[in-house]
Amino acid sequence: MENLLVLTHADETGSALTRASLETVTAGLELAARLSAPLTIGIVAADSTSAAAALASTGARLLAVSGEAFSQARYATDAAAVEALCRAANATIVLAPGSSRFTRVAAGVAHRLSGFVDTHITSLGGADTIEASRWFYRQRIEAVVSRNVRPWFLLLDAGTHTAFAGASGTAKIEEVAVQLPALRTTVSGFRAPQQDQQTIRPDAKMLLVAGAGWTKKQPDGQIHAAEAGELILGFLGATGASLGSSKSLVDQGGEGNSVLPFLTHLNQIGQTGSTPRHAKGLSTCCHGEEPHVVGWRFIADRRAISLDPNCGWTRGKADVVYVADAFPVMAKVNALLEAAKA
Amino acid sequence: MANALHIVVCAGIVPDPLQTLEPVTGPTGPGLKNEMVLPAVLDPWAACALYEAAALAAKNPGSKLWLVSLGPKAKLQQVMMTVAQKVPLELVPIDGPIGGFPDAHSTAAVLAETIAALPGLDKTTLLLFGGWESATRGAGVTLQLVGERLGITDQFQGVDQIDLRDDGSFEVLERVEGGKHQLSVCAGAPAVLGWATGNLAEPRNNPQVGMSNMRTIMPALQKARAAKLDANGLSYVSVSLPKQQRTTRVVKDLTPDEIAAELVAWIGAE
Repeated sequence: MENLLVLTHADETGSALTRASLETVTAGLELAARLSAPLTIGIVAADSTSAAAALASTGARLLAVSGEAFSQARYATDAAAVEALCRAANATIVLAPGSSRFTRVAAGVAHRLSGFVDTHITSLGGADTIEASRWFYRQRIEAVVSRNVRPWFLLLDAGTHTAFAGASGTAKIEEVAVQLPALRTTVSGFRAPQQDQQTIRPDAKMLLVAGAGWTKKQPDGQIHAAEAGELILGFLGATGASLGSSKSLVDQGGEGNSVLPFLTHLNQIGQTGSTPRHAKGLSTCCHGEEPHVVGWRFIADRRAISLDPNCGWTRGKADVVYVADAFPVMAKVNALLEAAKA
Repeated sequence: MANALHIVVCAGIVPDPLQTLEPVTGPTGPGLKNEMVLPAVLDPWAACALYEAAALAAKNPGSKLWLVSLGPKAKLQQVMMTVAQKVPLELVPIDGPIGGFPDAHSTAAVLAETIAALPGLDKTTLLLFGGWESATRGAGVTLQLVGERLGITDQFQGVDQIDLRDDGSFEVLERVEGGKHQLSVCAGAPAVLGWATGNLAEPRNNPQVGMSNMRTIMPALQKARAAKLDANGLSYVSVSLPKQQRTTRVVKDLTPDEIAAELVAWIGAE
């Protein structure tokens, strides 16, 4: 019989669980019910009280590793915490959110426990066994995998399950003691653009992707990078969309060409970038070839504006392709959005 | 010489991203159709790690850079014809399978064993570099497993920047959720850094560097030991291409105003 452990961790407040953690709780509840397996939930937080209260209605056994050392994400402390939780739960199956915090340590902990890990899991299936779906070759090939060795760690991609939202209540927490190694790393904090300049918005309904065409010569023979920047930021301001970019546009900064100053490698979508999840996506000035489009795997409704009627988007990769110059189109879109808001 | 580093970069080879990939199942499990004839490149994020490693080694005299790569000898040789022209390195090839379907734990075991046996390697000055995820398996676990096997408990993933200080400690920027970086300070080597894009452009080809590297690369390839990877209980229930092919509506005859109106209606629609 399987023994199921769901790992969760707190957000930056140090007490509330992250959304990805709550999504993993949902997955754990579903899997435990299907396998008729006992469920334990492990919490890593500075203070696990409120996190545990939010999980009271799950009926699961609650284990926690708490303390100031666990308020920040760091390999040495997080690996020790997760290892202690796994040993306390004696888990055969460990589900964890594929957050940067747990992705950093899950494989290491699996090795310490003589276990195995698979990441970027998008769904869990199977009848009497566990079959996990994940993508290979940057979202170009989908596979269903299984393992007959335990413990098996499965890291779930964010956005693949609904977040658990049970009634808050009083929960019995079992605190797990952790023997920390000597710490050689200090977390100083975070670096991010100012709030009004942050163009990466994972919770946005829409993704706007800017391609290299924005900084190419326009019909008047000139480059209009400043105007392109204003149009893109205007659209983001009016819609609250998240901004993605092709690698070629971001790379232009390193090649001495005109650049959009608010773009960084963090905005990159595709083969060497991220694969975000948004309900809608609008591509502008991007040719839609495979290295870009692999980053669109989880964008449900896709449209593109491209001057090239034979671009990659027209070959079954977008729902609608407008063969047009993005400059006048986006200027008009922004004007209409502003008018609607007024 | 206080900061002379031993930097080991783990980097695999992957099919050129522009190639069409088609999965096939053979006697040893899933693979890619015509895998051995697909043009290959150095794994993109691992390549970023290599360029960052070379820059770091150049700034710290006395440092040494190894590139450890597992793949079929013939494919490694093909890829090295280009990579060798980029930065000075010592290649440590391991003759093994290509692709994303072999188990990451087995791959890590072979890499760790190879690194631990590198002649002259000083583990107290070791920085283990690689891509934070490959473009094949994309699991982001191999480097971490290698680090654990080598006993390194200061690990960073999604790294975009490292600033080495005079005392050997370093600041590191790691990607976290929401378009942010986490800033940490590590007391120094040994450490594992799984690189994202970093900040460096791809170095231009330098034939002199290439000729110098190839003097050691070709003998190393000839002597590359063969590695067999265990499945570790991993089995594939199915491997397939995504079925979704959209019916694209190509709109060629609308004015910018008409397109904008249609887009605004689409943006507002729930």
